[in-house]
Amino acid sequence: MADPVLELDGLHKHFGALKVTDDVSLTVRPGTVHAIIGPNGAGKTTLINQIFGALRPDAGRVLLCGRDVTRLAPHRRARLGLARSFQITSVLPAFTALENVALAVQARSGSPFRFFRAADGDAHANRAALDTLDRVGLAPRSTVLAGSLSHGEKRQLELAMALASQPLVMLLDEPLAGAGPEETARLITLLGGLRAQCAIVLVEHDMDAVFQLADDITVLALGRVIAHGPPASIRADTAVRAAYLGEDF
Amino acid sequence: MTGRRLFVPLAIFAVLAAIPLLRALGVPIGGSVVLIAGRIMIFAIAAMSLDLILGVGGLPSFGHAAPLAIGAYAVAMLDAADRNDALVVVPAAMAAAGVFALATGAVALRTRGINFIMITLAFAQMVYFTAASLSDYGGDDGVTLSERTAFAGLRLLEGRNFYWTTLALLFGVWLLLRMIVRSRFGRVLAAIRQNRARVQALGINATAVELVALVIAAMICALAGVLLANDAEFVSPAYTAWGRSAGLMVMVILGGLGTLHGAILGAAIVVLFEEGLGRVTPHWPLVFGPLMVMAVLFFRNGIAGIGGRRG
Repeated sequence: MADPVLELDGLHKHFGALKVTDDVSLTVRPGTVHAIIGPNGAGKTTLINQIFGALRPDAGRVLLCGRDVTRLAPHRRARLGLARSFQITSVLPAFTALENVALAVQARSGSPFRFFRAADGDAHANRAALDTLDRVGLAPRSTVLAGSLSHGEKRQLELAMALASQPLVMLLDEPLAGAGPEETARLITLLGGLRAQCAIVLVEHDMDAVFQLADDITVLALGRVIAHGPPASIRADTAVRAAYLGEDF
Repeated sequence: MTGRRLFVPLAIFAVLAAIPLLRALGVPIGGSVVLIAGRIMIFAIAAMSLDLILGVGGLPSFGHAAPLAIGAYAVAMLDAADRNDALVVVPAAMAAAGVFALATGAVALRTRGINFIMITLAFAQMVYFTAASLSDYGGDDGVTLSERTAFAGLRLLEGRNFYWTTLALLFGVWLLLRMIVRSRFGRVLAAIRQNRARVQALGINATAVELVALVIAAMICALAGVLLANDAEFVSPAYTAWGRSAGLMVMVILGGLGTLHGAILGAAIVVLFEEGLGRVTPHWPLVFGPLMVMAVLFFRNGIAGIGGRRG
């Protein structure tokens, strides 16, 4: 088996007496979609925040390609190949869609301390940004201000920004939330196609999407891993059914 | 796209250049008009530098009078040591303000919003009381310069030269800041204003970018301080009073955040109110305050934003 791109090793995090992450370990293999599911309050977003560095775990380690990044700031992790989308849509509203993605390209391709050449004249960044927008189906909207895009389009744009940074691992926090059925179908196809490029950690409530996309699933409840494995075994797991999926799934 | 955007700023510079030219041609323009226009340009340089951090970067510094005063005191202190060459004074003033911004910014940037406002104010107050305690330089009363700053022996800051030098510096600062705003650095800074977490998630050290912006703004503002000291031939702690910092913020907000040339218009309005209404009543802020509130309510993008969109 290939070396894991992302490993969580015994993560613990508590807020006061509340254990939000309780000894969570998991392994993300390259080129796979690893879904993290669980009822509300299971600690999924807290876990994403610890992976990305917005929160520091009380104990345990986060390894990116075998390198311990537990104590690195978010922007350092991003430069090492970790990209994320946010649960609440997070774009740069006063920039056009193209500028949003071009910024992501530029962030990857060198220092922000360049004072002389106009940023919007960067042909390489603009081309790469337009290609990426095309991949998520947003190329026709490239000159629209991100703040004026529809909710679904903003989600696509976020995905394009994450993609443009050519990450090793993408953390997607509910990328389908609020998307209509058509958008959902399109996003699922898109996400499935990304597997070839990077590993994906997917937090999602849409179980149809999860079981369609995921290669591995980790189920959290009250901060603990109650099951993990391929979709078929998760579907059959009685503890998971009791905690989350329900008997009818 | 550039044609319309450039029209207003170039018109402003044309008007500023026309004032002394018309006067020289015999058009009845009073000497005080030239003096006031000169003062406007000095504050416009300071306000424009604040626009980089406040308008573009979204950092509400309430202490931008500090680098202004540091620039002015650099002139006074070097004057006392008989050093009046701009080749010494200007680099010293800018370096001092830059170091000040680096040290205070590193602390202030650990906070956001209201706390950032308060901590930048506190640092400026520290400069104020430090200046007031400098008994060698007049303490509270301030100090009069023995000589104006010269540039390698050229008296560029005296008589009519002062106006032209100030105008040239204002134009240069505008070009420089315009370039910075349009550069990758400027794009990143504007992105941080909109969504800091997003920019960090792209792998950019937002704090480092903001700190560099604070240092650039302070260094440019120190230049305005050098001009201000030479204009008045006098330096006092009043240059870093909190009202001065507030005045600079008003100029930027009134003129139009992030527009750069809006800061010149804002500076013109504030200075004209000070000079005009200030002569009628010492309580001029009573009139100016409500006007400011109305301007913010009705022209949300400032005067420079009237009839157009913010770029």
